[in-house]
Amino acid sequence: MASGPTVERVIVAGAGLAALRGAEAMREAGFSGPLTIVGDEPYRPYDRPPLSKHVLTGETPADATTLPSSLGADVAWILGSAATRLDRAARTLHLADGRALPYDRLLIATGTRARPWPNPHEGRLSGVFTLRGRDDAAALRAALAARPRRVLVIGGGFIGCEVASLCRQLGLRATLVESGPTLLSRVLGSAVGGFIGAIHEGRGVDLRCGSEVEWLEGEDGRLVRAHLTDGTRIEADVAVIALGALRNTEWLDGSGLSADPGGVDCDAVGYVLDRDGQPDLRIAAAGDVARFPHPLYGGRRAALEHWSHAVAQGIHAGRLLAGVKPEAPYGALPTFWSTQGDVVVKSAGLTTGADAVAFTQGEPGSGRFVAVYGREGRCVAAVSVDSARWLPAHAELVATAAPFPPHGAAADRPARGITILAPGFA
Amino acid sequence: MPDATLLDQVKDFANRANPYPVYAKLRQNPVSRQNDGTESGTWVASTHGTIASLLQDPRVSSETLPPADRPRTGNPLTDLIVKPLKDWMMDRHRVFIFRDPPDHDVLRASVMHQFSRERVQAMRVRSERLVAELLDEKRDAREIDAVDDLAYPLPVTVICELFGVPREDEPKFHGWATQLATALEPDSLSDTEIRAENSRTFDAIGGYMADLIKEKRRHPQDDMLSGLANEATPAGVKMGDYDLIATSILMLVAGHETTVNLITNGLLTLLRHPDELERLRQDPGRAPRLIEELLRYEPPVQFRTRKTLSAIDIAGVTIPEGADLVLLLASGNRDAAVFPDPDRFDADRAGIRHLGFGGSLHYCVGAPLARFEAEAALTALAKRLKAPRLVEDPPPYRPGAALRGPEHLRVAIDGIS
Repeated sequence: MASGPTVERVIVAGAGLAALRGAEAMREAGFSGPLTIVGDEPYRPYDRPPLSKHVLTGETPADATTLPSSLGADVAWILGSAATRLDRAARTLHLADGRALPYDRLLIATGTRARPWPNPHEGRLSGVFTLRGRDDAAALRAALAARPRRVLVIGGGFIGCEVASLCRQLGLRATLVESGPTLLSRVLGSAVGGFIGAIHEGRGVDLRCGSEVEWLEGEDGRLVRAHLTDGTRIEADVAVIALGALRNTEWLDGSGLSADPGGVDCDAVGYVLDRDGQPDLRIAAAGDVARFPHPLYGGRRAALEHWSHAVAQGIHAGRLLAGVKPEAPYGALPTFWSTQGDVVVKSAGLTTGADAVAFTQGEPGSGRFVAVYGREGRCVAAVSVDSARWLPAHAELVATAAPFPPHGAAADRPARGITILAPGFA
Repeated sequence: MPDATLLDQVKDFANRANPYPVYAKLRQNPVSRQNDGTESGTWVASTHGTIASLLQDPRVSSETLPPADRPRTGNPLTDLIVKPLKDWMMDRHRVFIFRDPPDHDVLRASVMHQFSRERVQAMRVRSERLVAELLDEKRDAREIDAVDDLAYPLPVTVICELFGVPREDEPKFHGWATQLATALEPDSLSDTEIRAENSRTFDAIGGYMADLIKEKRRHPQDDMLSGLANEATPAGVKMGDYDLIATSILMLVAGHETTVNLITNGLLTLLRHPDELERLRQDPGRAPRLIEELLRYEPPVQFRTRKTLSAIDIAGVTIPEGADLVLLLASGNRDAAVFPDPDRFDADRAGIRHLGFGGSLHYCVGAPLARFEAEAALTALAKRLKAPRLVEDPPPYRPGAALRGPEHLRVAIDGIS
């Protein structure tokens, strides 16, 4: 379209990592027309991984996370105003401030937000936090710096694990309440999650798996304690709600696109699909909000909340909208990392649907190991705990769908041989 | 088989001064079998990508040393009872460059814990002083040997001081280190003469270290050996005596046999590129990038060996289980796919992802020491040598193909300022 007869207008809905990389990719691919980036937060795109790590320890100020960018002054930024409605017939994007922006091409990269505490009154108590954006991180950092007596973390996913372990690093007492049988049981399964839980317990996290917080009690508008469903009470003056993310798709209601709280659907190329399953060739999606068929996983649809995926899919979608024909469907191997105190968990592939997990290296009980996930006799994912150096070789097994269980011999193989277990997803 | 002779050519002393054309031939096949007569063969990885990949492949093991087999004495009691026990102890307590995780990680973590930032920084200042003193001694000379006069004594003094080896004992280490460094040359592993000599040397240096460790326990000082002998790591690990002896020997030998080549290769390369020498003289701030390029262009450790624990598919070939691997680091450093115009020395090239310190879990422990020792030496040489000229080019080389560097580097000068 760069060479097209009319100048086309491009809007990027969202101003996070995928949006930024998408916009940059459009420019790099030669699109020089009007480009507008719309974001609900008042900030230029910033990097989120530090928000649950160095920002909370105080090593990095929250406002020092702005992402470097190659975009120039020829980009219009509308920040602090969310997209509220998409009118595809009129090719218009409506914003919260009442503006209506016409578009010829649209990149949907509105991402996710933190799932709030179900009781809004309790959620508003002073001392109760969620962690998704820069402001959240700055507020939580201030609360941790005030040395609370105890921090309660609700939810044992990656953010919950990172916050709880970081509290221990800061010398704060921390209790983590998780409704599943172990930490990370939804993503990694309870076999691996159990070993990660043991690491955190060893570092002093008070871990309550199989428990749920029934209600949060406040005094004078301040959190004082939490009541668990089993009747126990936890005295805490800070609570971090880490119950996962909700995808920002409500603004697509009425647009005719196939979107729900699980994401907006895309085809294998990257265009969004309407409710009849037909692609809209003017609109692509990328990042946390995009649910797409992954070629490595038999076309199973998934929306991935990974940093590297936001970069790769953002670039893919940006090039697509700039008129570059993709050589292949988007299908970068999903990878992520999570720094939990001094423990680094890294993963390659998708554990979803795995029917077995093999501990191929290290000793799980020692807190350093590699686990490979299998599905129907093929390697589909690998997770390393404090053994990241081995992950690239395992990623190769996953990328090539090597037979499961994988290679029989390796340096640092478990002394008792490879153990194969059911993953135990909750 | 055309490949058959290429690894032999790498080892051939005739190619020591310039092995790079042989490496270029090897790179025509990223991973190639060298016909060594064994069933699984010896395989050479010669491109940056294959080396980087194999360095972090869990199917690749560093436990390449054959089982210990100490020379027989003829005394039946010794040969039947003491020898098997000693062999068993040797095998159990290898130095950690020849060990895999988890043992490797535990030993390395102990060393890293003692290799504190404060200690390394202190040695940096010390290195600059030492270089100044060594050059002062040659102030009136009209010719220096860069090896004997600077490149050898500097790292040796640094590692000895760091470990707390008394200065008067240092000469003993010279011969020991030269002998033990042969363990990194592939052919030495099958040479019974060399292995017997290495056993005797290990006994001698091991005996010395055992005494020194006792002394460090009685009178701990602020040095690494005292720290290793007396303190546990934050994870609560403290080495046993045999591992401690082996690890100390490894560090001391590494300190003797590697940085010397970096400094000597550095001066040699600068004298072959007078414009770079002049630029360094005018701007000592260029030293760090120049040294990174040096680690790419003329790395002190040219290759390392490994073994495969499982078959590995790589670059269109299958390396079978149990094969010997040669990771030709210095060849990966000349891979045009990663370094444009790779045979040109260019300190201004961007993103020097060299393999000079290896990679992954066996990445050189002493890298920070090596970097600033080389920086101290090369900046001082550039600044103080008046009109330096190579007396012979190429210089005579030491025997090693893996640990490669000049035996002597004679430089004619008009004095030292």
